[in-house]
Amino acid sequence: MTRSLVSVPPTARRGEIVDIRAMIAHPMETGYRMGPNGAEIPRHIITRLVCTYGGAEVFSAEFFPAVSANPFVAFSLIAAESGTVAFEWTDDEGQTETASAEIVVS
Amino acid sequence: MTERTIREPTIREPIALEPAGGPSLGRRAVLAGGVGILVMALPLRALARPSLEQAVAGFTGGAPVNAGRVRLTVPPLVENGNAVGVTVEVESPMSEAAFVRRIGLFNEKNPQADVAIFRLGPRNGRARISTRIRLATSQTVLAVAELSDGTYWSSEANVIVTLAACIEDLS
Repeated sequence: MTRSLVSVPPTARRGEIVDIRAMIAHPMETGYRMGPNGAEIPRHIITRLVCTYGGAEVFSAEFFPAVSANPFVAFSLIAAESGTVAFEWTDDEGQTETASAEIVVS
Repeated sequence: MTERTIREPTIREPIALEPAGGPSLGRRAVLAGGVGILVMALPLRALARPSLEQAVAGFTGGAPVNAGRVRLTVPPLVENGNAVGVTVEVESPMSEAAFVRRIGLFNEKNPQADVAIFRLGPRNGRARISTRIRLATSQTVLAVAELSDGTYWSSEANVIVTLAACIEDLS
């Protein structure tokens, strides 16, 4: 299962601001499109992304159909201590997908 | 934008109707008709989709939004509206005392006004986010930031889209 891709630098100096990027493979079907037979294609989108660092929530995003397929988000974090940066995506059917990366702070 | 599109027919109406209506159709009747069309057009437009202003009011809870402090970066001309790179940067020290709490992205003419809402905090170090969005047509994109002191700041950008997203059919 490599449906998601996260980029977290493996090492960082304490207090450094590091760039985090996260992407997940998902069609983000808007619900506004018609199929070949004229039937509406039902909405199927990722509604939420939560990022935790060392167990505490540091960033979250709420998505609407106007976010592109394979939603991509970039943000930053202060490297405070070594730990896990974990991501959890939730779609409108309640399914979740997780990914995580370790960061070593010296 | 919406005001301009609604007002247009009321200006055109008298010019088009005056010769056809003849003496029985006075200036007042034409004007009244124009007003009627305007009144009828308003609820229809409102039902179609919440306006940009309404979506922003839903985000801010009615608080005033000031221009500035936010830098929204969008390419001015995009070929494919299915993936438009957007970067929002807010001037903020991102300390425990003063940080950006939320950043909302909105559009003017997609079927839905909301695009995404991001929640940040002092542990982000820098108030900058990037994502990729869909744009159905050439329009204005608006970014609104909520600061920890409860004030709202915004920035907008116009984008010209040559290939639309969201509403194309699969065939």
